[in-house]
Amino acid sequence: MLLALILIPFLAAIGILGGLPARLSAVIASLANILVATYALSCPACCDGFSLQVLADPNINLSLGVTGISAVMLILSVIVTLAAVYSGKCPSGREKLWYSSSLFISAGAIGAFLSTDVFFFYAFHELALIPTFLMIGILGRGDRKEAAWKITIYLAFGSIILLAGLLLATSHTGSFAFSDLKEIPATAQNTVALLLIIGFGTLVSLFPLHSWAAPAYASAPTPVAMLHAGVMKKFGLYGLLVIGMKVAPQGMLHWLPWICVLLLGNIIWVGLVTINQKRLDLMLGNSSVMHMGYIFLAIAALSANPDNSIAVPAAVLLMFAHGISIALLFSLTSVVEQKTGTLEIAQLGGLAKTAPALAFLFGLAGMASIGLPGLANFAGEVMVFFAGFADWTPGESLGWVQITTIIALWGVVISAVYMLRAYRNTFQGPLVKATENAADIHYCEKIPSYILAITLLVVGIYPQIILQFLSN
Amino acid sequence: MQAHLIEFITVGLGLILLMFEAFSKGNKSQIGLVAAAGLAVILTMLFCPAPSCCPVPDWMERFYSDNQTARFYKIIAVTSTILVLLMSVDFSKVLTKFTSGDDDDSATGEFYCLPVFACAGLMWMASATDLVSIFVSLELVTITFYVMVAFMRRNVGSLEAGVKYLILGALSTGFLVYGIAWIYGTMGTTDISLYAGILENGTYNRSYLLFGIALMLIALGFKVGAVPMQLWIPDVYQGAPTPITAFLSVASKAAGFLVLMTIISPFLAAEHTGNTISAVLLIMAGATLLYGNLAAISQNNFKRLLAYSSIAHAGFLLMGVATQDYSSVSFYLGTYLLMTFAAFFVLALIRSEEDSDELDAFNGLGQRNPVLAFALTIAMAALAGIPLTAGFWGKFFIFKSAISNDVSWWLLSIAFISVAAGFYYYLKVVKAMYWNKARNENPITVPIITKFVLILLTAAILVLGIYPQPIFNLLGH
Repeated sequence: MLLALILIPFLAAIGILGGLPARLSAVIASLANILVATYALSCPACCDGFSLQVLADPNINLSLGVTGISAVMLILSVIVTLAAVYSGKCPSGREKLWYSSSLFISAGAIGAFLSTDVFFFYAFHELALIPTFLMIGILGRGDRKEAAWKITIYLAFGSIILLAGLLLATSHTGSFAFSDLKEIPATAQNTVALLLIIGFGTLVSLFPLHSWAAPAYASAPTPVAMLHAGVMKKFGLYGLLVIGMKVAPQGMLHWLPWICVLLLGNIIWVGLVTINQKRLDLMLGNSSVMHMGYIFLAIAALSANPDNSIAVPAAVLLMFAHGISIALLFSLTSVVEQKTGTLEIAQLGGLAKTAPALAFLFGLAGMASIGLPGLANFAGEVMVFFAGFADWTPGESLGWVQITTIIALWGVVISAVYMLRAYRNTFQGPLVKATENAADIHYCEKIPSYILAITLLVVGIYPQIILQFLSN
Repeated sequence: MQAHLIEFITVGLGLILLMFEAFSKGNKSQIGLVAAAGLAVILTMLFCPAPSCCPVPDWMERFYSDNQTARFYKIIAVTSTILVLLMSVDFSKVLTKFTSGDDDDSATGEFYCLPVFACAGLMWMASATDLVSIFVSLELVTITFYVMVAFMRRNVGSLEAGVKYLILGALSTGFLVYGIAWIYGTMGTTDISLYAGILENGTYNRSYLLFGIALMLIALGFKVGAVPMQLWIPDVYQGAPTPITAFLSVASKAAGFLVLMTIISPFLAAEHTGNTISAVLLIMAGATLLYGNLAAISQNNFKRLLAYSSIAHAGFLLMGVATQDYSSVSFYLGTYLLMTFAAFFVLALIRSEEDSDELDAFNGLGQRNPVLAFALTIAMAALAGIPLTAGFWGKFFIFKSAISNDVSWWLLSIAFISVAAGFYYYLKVVKAMYWNKARNENPITVPIITKFVLILLTAAILVLGIYPQPIFNLLGH
């Protein structure tokens, strides 16, 4: 059953390359995946994992399982995949590449989240590399070639460092299975933790290894930007939570001051960079880098005290919420570009008059991303800040995590500044040349937006729907 | 049938083909197909288990061992020879052009017979257990290659490659003989299987022995393309006829590594010599990795790029040898065969169609022939070591044993940087195929043999990328 979740998009992608109707197959495959995922999660007993030994020595299995965090990531992946294949405007004649690449990326992401073997966890993630490279390089916008090289080299470099960390960790545990991961000897923990932080950190765009992200998302075709920023990027955080904290908790504690400083780099430095952006897509790309800082804050709180009971739910909820909201924003940005022909914020204005539905949806997504109560991100961010202070009793002196949390709170202000300014300049004010004749969002284009927006609302009002997976 | 007869059969096949070629009138490239069919029969014989009735006779046993590893390398040798012959058939247009002035292919006949002799030498080398038999089989291979590299006699590049290969090859043979002499002088025997015992007793002169081994390393470094004996590779690879380049890059390298492992393994395992030799090997590995990968970055000629990539792969393989992880090295070489041949088949086709090996000849291939472009993309991804292709496992195993053997961090960093550099130059080819505009838009038709082989190789790369166990089964693990 779980294998089907990977095979459906994978086979559909191959089918599309082989000549099946591209868009239709992609939509059917992602719908089927949502159904299978719902079934798998609602009835855990019906599909208690899958395992196939691919190699006897060393013992490597293609084993899949869905537990806790991976369940949430699975939901995120299938929802964003469906929205992504609906979004964006595929240049005519390139449907094969467009839809098959999106499905390949999705299959890689789902495979990575479901794998319970270190080898395949790593391998599935890399499956996305070539489709991303081709999509940005061929069908991207702007400086597409430079952006494609940048993302590919950065991610390749990050994953190779990650591979070193994983191999070093597994050489101590002696097994590749997730279930055999245990704390490794203290002497090796610092090295392993450092390699994992740099490796996973590059994939998550941790400051100062973040510079690939914003240009790549800005140039990427819409489905790739949605899948990458929404889903693939969570892979690194997932890895740190599931592997990093398990094999090297003392190592993570050792590097805690560094994590704190770097995550503030994400929140404050990149936040200020975001304020200065002149284009909508670059602004969103940078904001997605910035928000990674909050999730790292939850990881920092967990490193400071592995028993911190709020940190994991906080991180996971925010990962989910951020994935949905950034996917929605990228999807709507492509609609804005299709209707007005530009993404330069200075050339836009008053779009709410001609396209009220678009403005409403964009406003909702923007508010969600800056943490307005009632929407999913708020629940996540609040829990992250609680997690930062969970170990602190009044009267005690402030630790690294608490000081970082206090500074990080200013990030909320920064994100409000850039998002509200962008919203005002794009949708409010007098109509300008680009927006005069802009049509409102079309019925078809609403489908992905509504899927994502409703998810944001439901999870925002009732976060337990996601958190329930983490309780057992 | 006695196991060692298989080499004699192969030589016999070659001789018959030569006779046949001398008297046949028709299209010479048919000889290539006959040779490939003959070798296919030999290949099936290799898969049959060794018969218990008739073991290798005593007089042969000292020179020849028939074990699972040897068989694996024989399979590599025969498979790559078959692929070379098939590639040559589709390459006959270029061959004819550069061997005779007009469209007369009568001078190309030997080209389809010679690889069979090289194959016999490679197979014998896989089984050789004595310095003497190693030397003889190695020379059979090398001398055949001297002819094949320079075969396109009306092409200056091929002639230049031939001269370079001849001079440097002769030099390395000199080193090899000298090394054998020193080792024989120190150990008192050329039978490698006795070395472990002698090393344990300690009745030998360590300095003389190390000097002999150093000479050996230089000679074998030439065969596998390791720094500091790598300089011939780019020029010879670029000048030689493309099928022969593929042959050199796969079969000759695999045999070189096998010989290296056969000779060096008792010394690496021994207490008094192991650390020194493994340190030297690791330094060679680091230098080879750096040279191969950094030089490959700036190449604009696909054939030359593959030459540097072959140096880079030698670096990874040397790391595996130094950490005594011989089964990983064998696995790596097996997968290396698949991906390198896939790349060379496409290259040979483009060479025939476009008359160019430059990277810009590949521009727009994604539009001109999507299947061809897809196959080359898979091959490049595998060479770069992207997971879920066969190429990743080899690197994975080598890194794994390097990390668990506590190889020093500077070598690991070089190796990891090399992999990242590899991503760049292999993807450059992918970029040319999909991003760039084609010089001419004519679709390319793929000859039936190339098409069939490419589909087979691509499928193997992908299947082994998920399920690598079959190669280990062949290796007897």
